[in-house]
Amino acid sequence: MDLSFGSEYDEFRAEVQNFLANNAHKAPKGNDLRGDTAKDWQKLLIENGYTARTIPKEFGGFGAEPDILKSRIIAEEFSNARVNTGLGGQGISMLVPTLLEMGTQEQKEQFIRPTIHGEMIWCQGYSEPGAGSDLASLTTSAVLEGDEWVVNGQKIWTSTAHIADWIFCLVRTEPDAPKHKGISFLLFDMKTPGIEIRPLVDMTGAANFNETFYTDVRVPKHQIVGERGQGWQVANAILGHERETLAPANTAQTRINALIELMKTDTADGERLIDNPVYRDRLMKVQGQVMAMRFNELRVLSARLNPGQDAGLSRMITKLEGTELRHELEGLAIDVMGEIGLAYEDNPHLRNSGSWQREYMYFLGLIIGGGTSQIQKNIISERGLDMPREPKIEKSR
Amino acid sequence: MQFGLSEEQILLQDNVKRFLNDNASLDHVRKYAEGESDANIWAGLSELGVAALLIPEEHGGIGMTPLDAAIVAECLGNNVAPGPFLGSAVMAPTALIASGGDHGELLGELAAGTHRVGIAFGEAIKRRNDAGIQVSNGVMNGTSLFAFDAVADSYLVADQNKHLYLVSASDTGLTRTVLTTVDKTRQTVELTYKDVAATCISTQVSVFETTLDIGRVMLAADTLGAAQDMLDQAVDYAKQREQFNRPIASFQAVKHMCAEMAASLEPCRSMVWFAAHALADLPDEARATACHTKAHLSEVGKAIAKTSTEVHGGMGFTDLVGLHYWFKRIGANRQWLGAPEHVRHEAAVLQGLVA
Repeated sequence: MDLSFGSEYDEFRAEVQNFLANNAHKAPKGNDLRGDTAKDWQKLLIENGYTARTIPKEFGGFGAEPDILKSRIIAEEFSNARVNTGLGGQGISMLVPTLLEMGTQEQKEQFIRPTIHGEMIWCQGYSEPGAGSDLASLTTSAVLEGDEWVVNGQKIWTSTAHIADWIFCLVRTEPDAPKHKGISFLLFDMKTPGIEIRPLVDMTGAANFNETFYTDVRVPKHQIVGERGQGWQVANAILGHERETLAPANTAQTRINALIELMKTDTADGERLIDNPVYRDRLMKVQGQVMAMRFNELRVLSARLNPGQDAGLSRMITKLEGTELRHELEGLAIDVMGEIGLAYEDNPHLRNSGSWQREYMYFLGLIIGGGTSQIQKNIISERGLDMPREPKIEKSR
Repeated sequence: MQFGLSEEQILLQDNVKRFLNDNASLDHVRKYAEGESDANIWAGLSELGVAALLIPEEHGGIGMTPLDAAIVAECLGNNVAPGPFLGSAVMAPTALIASGGDHGELLGELAAGTHRVGIAFGEAIKRRNDAGIQVSNGVMNGTSLFAFDAVADSYLVADQNKHLYLVSASDTGLTRTVLTTVDKTRQTVELTYKDVAATCISTQVSVFETTLDIGRVMLAADTLGAAQDMLDQAVDYAKQREQFNRPIASFQAVKHMCAEMAASLEPCRSMVWFAAHALADLPDEARATACHTKAHLSEVGKAIAKTSTEVHGGMGFTDLVGLHYWFKRIGANRQWLGAPEHVRHEAAVLQGLVA
């Protein structure tokens, strides 16, 4: 057991802290994906290696060797200082790693630099009305006509489609192949004729999702990642990683600290909320759960650093446990505030900008999205505990 | 950076596991539960160095860490094994060493496994109306409840001021009555003191706290082991048991129960490791982490004890599969040395959250 990162890393941590002390004021405050402040900040972060750290220089990244501990230190220090960590979105978090692993040299050169610099925003076309948990049954088709794919079908949950420049999209190109082997991974411009976008308002009131419709959308033949029929492997190359990072423990830690502060300052009948022993016990219970997830994450980190170490099921359970825990934590804050816990949007009695209700609902969305809790339990029982799959039901024709 | 067990620790785990599988199988456990002495198993564990784990080499011990002790506790919980590990190998040596007094001789006997020290801390944690002790001028009177290790040679007793005393089990003024509980794998006793000679070990609250903290982490580790075994048994049973022409392990209703157990238990392993590590290396975090670990493992353990029993169906409710020994062990670990609500309150006090 050795929890120190070593002196080399202490120096690196000091560098990051120094950078934050001198530059944090330049960081954007909101979540504007296209603003100049956001782009300038992103550029500064890349130049200093605090984002796009391991992406090769030739594609516009910082070009450092992968170093799990340095990445961890950057995440910790930015989180502690509550400073924006740079641009996110599915282009940066999903497409860029996919291209680095499966893309052609031309694709890497064309797409990575503008994507990580915020000049090219992407959306993801995976789920369909009839293909949610059973994603591989998707039916949006692409048929090759000459030098072009002709795409027809419908996608749903297409986040940021309304502002996206391009889409990475799973389509069925081999209708006669088994379902996992008939899918291809296409890239195309969202301004291509034949695309219709309808916003989908979610329970938080935001419209980050969309339904998107594709009618004879013509895509140049070479805009495919991997081979025909390989789309499922291309998409899955990084899906697991996305799940692990949906509900990181250090954010849960930040939230529970915020809740403690709230309970120490807010009063009901003149009594601080934290002085109510029932609320306090519930708070302590959740704090213990957050603690357990923090240590679980340390084990995940350690197993990545020390390849001989057995990580057990520690990685497989993080999406399920992390999202359920956040939903419970945010819900506790609402409970302890009583009627004030209902406050939303422009209510003058909002606490923490209304984030408790928003996150409470948002995390219910994350319990469902990215592989539902039930799918996670299938994965844990089948792959983690070696329990048999449910017998398949033959499709009636 | 390495968060996990070292090669030596994995070796220790394997050795203790192998010994317990040979000497503390369910058949053995049934015999202990019916009253057979645990002296042989403790002698065997002592030969492996388990009794000497936390005692410095100068006193005949092997000077290892709380994390090593937690590994052993997990193994003991796994097999619901009997024995005085918690008192004699962990809490008593910790108190004797932390007190700074000259206890070389007793530590030597503890390390050899030839002397057993029981623990009577109920008075200092939360005194019940049935109990209460007074000490004046080295003489103890009163009653302690649920002291553990029914056949200890002496007892470490904490009074309401969190002062620690050692009393001899052979003192003529000490009466020891077995208190039957649901957990038959480890007996507890009521101690009544009538003018019993009490040797003061420490009047520093910190010595009591250090002893209590490590005891709580060991109980959490014991629950980790017991809960892991209940999960493993549930998965094995579900794969064998067939209904509707298929193993019940292929029904999502059953699989999801097992997945929930696994998902809640996996972080517990890291939590026990961290809590044990903190006892020796992170003094600022050690106390609150010990409280949270005791509480969290108690909650997760309780849910797993119930769920695993349910996965076994009617058989889980019978004595035939013996699953109830694990169910009850986890239940006892939950109540000993501070139940969840109590330790969570302590965690809040430690963070200054209680007015």
